[in-house]
Amino acid sequence: MISYWATLSARFRSLLQYRSAALAGLVTQIFWGLVRVMIFEAFYLSAGSPQPMELNDVLTYVWLGQAFLALLPWNLDADLRALIRSGGVGYELLRPVDLYGYWYSRALAWRTAPTLIRAAPLLVFAFVFMGMDAPPSWASAGAFALAMAGAILLSSAISTLFNITMLWTISADGMAGMAPAIVTLLSGMLAPLPLFPDWAQAVLNALPFRGLVDTPYRLYLAHIPPSDLPLYLAHQLAWTVAIVLLGRWILSRGLRRLVVQGG
Amino acid sequence: MNTLHLYARFIEISVRSQMQYRASFVMLALGHLAATGIEFVGILVLFDRFGSLKGWSLHEVAFMYGVVNISFAIADAATRGFDLFGGMIKSGDFDRVLTRPRSAALQVAGQELTLRRVGRLAQGLFVLVWAAFGMDMSWSAASVCLLMGAIAGGACLFSGLVILQATLAFWTVETLEIMNTLTYGGVETTQYPLPIYRPWFRRFFTFGVPLACVSYFPSVAVMGVPDPLGSPLWFQYVSPLIGVGFLAVALQFWRFGVRHYLSTGS
Repeated sequence: MISYWATLSARFRSLLQYRSAALAGLVTQIFWGLVRVMIFEAFYLSAGSPQPMELNDVLTYVWLGQAFLALLPWNLDADLRALIRSGGVGYELLRPVDLYGYWYSRALAWRTAPTLIRAAPLLVFAFVFMGMDAPPSWASAGAFALAMAGAILLSSAISTLFNITMLWTISADGMAGMAPAIVTLLSGMLAPLPLFPDWAQAVLNALPFRGLVDTPYRLYLAHIPPSDLPLYLAHQLAWTVAIVLLGRWILSRGLRRLVVQGG
Repeated sequence: MNTLHLYARFIEISVRSQMQYRASFVMLALGHLAATGIEFVGILVLFDRFGSLKGWSLHEVAFMYGVVNISFAIADAATRGFDLFGGMIKSGDFDRVLTRPRSAALQVAGQELTLRRVGRLAQGLFVLVWAAFGMDMSWSAASVCLLMGAIAGGACLFSGLVILQATLAFWTVETLEIMNTLTYGGVETTQYPLPIYRPWFRRFFTFGVPLACVSYFPSVAVMGVPDPLGSPLWFQYVSPLIGVGFLAVALQFWRFGVRHYLSTGS
């Protein structure tokens, strides 16, 4: 826990040093949001029968996605990658903390710090200029907040798992390209999950990725009633525990055969 | 050694060095292929749900997707050196480049030809061919030339954008990620037909950053479908040249940057 706060505050301060980068990120995300919005508007214009989600809900979903984009496990920890490449990972083993716990809290900090900086201005923009909807009730808002907490824990577990695979560098390079794409598609970032074909719904609902985006956003929209929250939280937490256990197991296997390069 | 010959040597060295790590190259290329393939699944999902996009069919959109992704893949592979350029400025390595009696742009570009981009290229080609067969369109010598021209013009335009971004580093030292909005965002935007966007957005991508001129306008002519925006056929045929012009302007700006370069020292 202490290592989490330390990493979070360090990460937070280093991000605040690059204010122009944060601003650039904001502009980029507004741009992406606008493109997505226009694409969905065009699709809905040609839609005949009633759709599983209304256009307004989709637009709010898109802006939520842009605001909380940094929360997704979409990239590998560049510093950790450099450590593994250079052999500096040996130092990590010397730290008097549980390695998995340390890397997990690192991932948690990496996910939360940029989100804290970016989410608020983007949400303000979307509310003021883009006609984004507020949650229909306090219950929905509360359910959204809880599910977001679940999403952060889940996202950090997935990030840590991706980071651990870097111990097998060669295959991790391919992984680095593929993982974010899979996450964006299956979490609902590319298109809200209810718009996927009906036959795919059962699979999408079972997979962990919906817990990152689709679950909290649909709770926000009351597309999922707040009373169903416990079920969805259980889904998020069960997957978080499973992925943490998997990560721990893979890490212990990786450390057994780790050869630190250099002298 | 003339310029082209030198560039070919640079590229040969870069390719050979990447081929030293064959397994890594294969994994990277496959990862890249899968990543861009998944993006396309997103488009398939939406078409499966909605049937058509404001009157555009899946095959028509896939065609534009193919064109823009092929040109971006080529540009992305060829201009990797300019991506690394911010680091050269920071470390002062660029000073070394300037001492050599060859064009700076050539040396920067020649640092690397990123082979793994072949993943996006293959995926774009596949989608393009699939779309062309799915539409059962009629080809002529002129439309084949136009398609080639559109891809070449697109590659020029995307390269121009990367060079502009790199040139800014002469003043800002850090490369500005905001330009990624125009490259990656441009790919995302122009893989859908231009008329679905709002007028100000269309104007931006036609007259500001003329990406529509190397994707949408030529694609419409090649596919032989009428343009709802009412652009004349002759314009659709000459529009890829605008991409070449954009690259020329970007290179001029680059030369201006080189002339005004002040080393970071040490």
